[in-house]
Amino acid sequence: MTEQAYKRGEHPDLPPPSNTIGAMAWVRGNLLSSPANIIMTILSLWFLYKILPPALDWMFFDAAFTGEDRNACRAKADGACWAFIGERLRLFTYGFYPAESRWRVNLSFVMLILALVPILWDKAPFRKFGIYFTCMFPFIAGWLLLGGFFGLESVGTDEFGGFMLTLVIGVTGIAFSLPIGILLALGRQSQLPIVSICAVGFIEFIRGVPLIALLFVASTMLNYFLPKGTEFDLLLRVLIMVTLFASAYMAEVIRGGLQAISKGQTEAADAMGLKYWSAMRLVVLPQALKISIPGIVNTFIGLYKDTTLVIIIGLYDPLGIGRASLADTKWTGLSNEVYLFVAIFFFVSCFFMARYSLYLEGKLETGHKR
Amino acid sequence: MKQPAQNSQKQTLGGTDDNAVTIRGMHKWYGQFHALKDINMSVARGEKIVVCGPSGSGKSTMIRCINRLEEHQQGDIIVDGTELTNDLKNIEAVRREVGMVFQHFNLFPHLTILENCTLAPIWVRKTPKREAEELAMQYLERVQIPDQARKYPGQLSGGQQQRVAIARCLCMKPRIMLFDEPTSALDPEMIKEVLDVMIELASEGITMVCVTHEMGFAKTVADRVIFMDGGEIIEENQPNEFFDNPQHERTKLFLSQILDH
Repeated sequence: MTEQAYKRGEHPDLPPPSNTIGAMAWVRGNLLSSPANIIMTILSLWFLYKILPPALDWMFFDAAFTGEDRNACRAKADGACWAFIGERLRLFTYGFYPAESRWRVNLSFVMLILALVPILWDKAPFRKFGIYFTCMFPFIAGWLLLGGFFGLESVGTDEFGGFMLTLVIGVTGIAFSLPIGILLALGRQSQLPIVSICAVGFIEFIRGVPLIALLFVASTMLNYFLPKGTEFDLLLRVLIMVTLFASAYMAEVIRGGLQAISKGQTEAADAMGLKYWSAMRLVVLPQALKISIPGIVNTFIGLYKDTTLVIIIGLYDPLGIGRASLADTKWTGLSNEVYLFVAIFFFVSCFFMARYSLYLEGKLETGHKR
Repeated sequence: MKQPAQNSQKQTLGGTDDNAVTIRGMHKWYGQFHALKDINMSVARGEKIVVCGPSGSGKSTMIRCINRLEEHQQGDIIVDGTELTNDLKNIEAVRREVGMVFQHFNLFPHLTILENCTLAPIWVRKTPKREAEELAMQYLERVQIPDQARKYPGQLSGGQQQRVAIARCLCMKPRIMLFDEPTSALDPEMIKEVLDVMIELASEGITMVCVTHEMGFAKTVADRVIFMDGGEIIEENQPNEFFDNPQHERTKLFLSQILDH
């Protein structure tokens, strides 16, 4: 009996069985694990075989990348006619922005990327300085794009268009809807009845109205409400409406996060003597926002894609430019190319946002979910 | 242990204004429910008070009134010479001097242990960051977890988390410490490590009001034991008397239930 008794250290670590690791194990486990799974795998492969080659042919191998007009394209190849997009690329990018001032758009875009660096990358060199730059960016970009003083020629917002317009509306909406949404969410939870009634009223009103209706209000009806003679730029009105619309949704997303934080957290902060705003900023919001990241990014992506709705009040976003371009008799019948191109642009931007949100969630994970 | 007990007893009976906490004729309602009924008690400086009683007896509510986590509707509460009213300034002043340890620790999960400890000194006391960190490390050493300072609360055991919570309070150098069932959420083998820290703290002369069911702790540390039931203070006595010679039937029943195992 004593000889058979277990002694510590008698069992060294062994490698796992060979059929549980490596590529073959992955294929067996994920693609061929059951009859239903095998059928799904075969169907998927068959589907890809049917779809992928013709799609690639159309997009690349049979596509014409140069040409005078549609007929020149067709003469060269059966596939997509990217020459059309190439010819209209400037229009797609800058809208009707005066050609000699396009460097201002380019510079703003480069600065936008620079402004994003300190937000997206917390180990960036000179991050503190970078944050100041990021805060200044909206004003610098506004001055660059609009001009009118300090030696820059004024450019009217009716000349904005294309991807540049999408970015202007999208970035403004994203930058302002988050702080406004936070304030609304906190307001909704406020102990003060007036504050909470105002917040709830605002959120419910904005959520209950389609964005298109708000945009119509912005483009036409606002003129009736405002005193006669006040000129209020159309783009500015759109920016305000889009931001308010997104912040109402944002508020509800953040409220969800706030409710997930246990009451003990605020009590602990209160008990230390932290004031309301300090407790919110240092204790509650960092946790609530972290939980809300998927919802927040969801709202951002929704807002970004909703910018295409400005087409109905006469602003030319990429979709509007595309539709206008299709009316050109030289290039009729190329709607596939145009819409695919616009779709790719939106997909790339939104996919980037989605991936970044996943990265952020991983980075902020501090092991308290165990 | 006995000497200070008698000393403080005299002070409480005298009802001097120099008390750490004075509660007079305090009532609290939750809607229609009368949660605390005519509470009168005082805590002298340096005194250790243990509050016990069955669940729902109002003991947690009472000590949460002392730092105004709960609002009282009638009567006076004077903490460290400041009366608790609706005045936010007074409430904040009291909270700066009163530390509280919770049943569920309530550490901030998004901050490291060190950041948990330095948050209030930096933002409430306006201590420079480096100084606050040195102080925090000092207190973390006292609760014997300086090597965990860079970890997050989620990576620590329950007993370690509660010791961090105590260190976090101490970093504010409070004059009064409130403990709201600090060991109730812990595994048996972790209770001791937390109680050890609390006993050490008690020997250093800080004022403590402690809601707990740890009767051993009450016997060792308390100057007075307060027994509550149904929102009222039923009995109040020195530990020896309280445990050996309880006066009320309700107290006897309670003690027999928690001591007879």
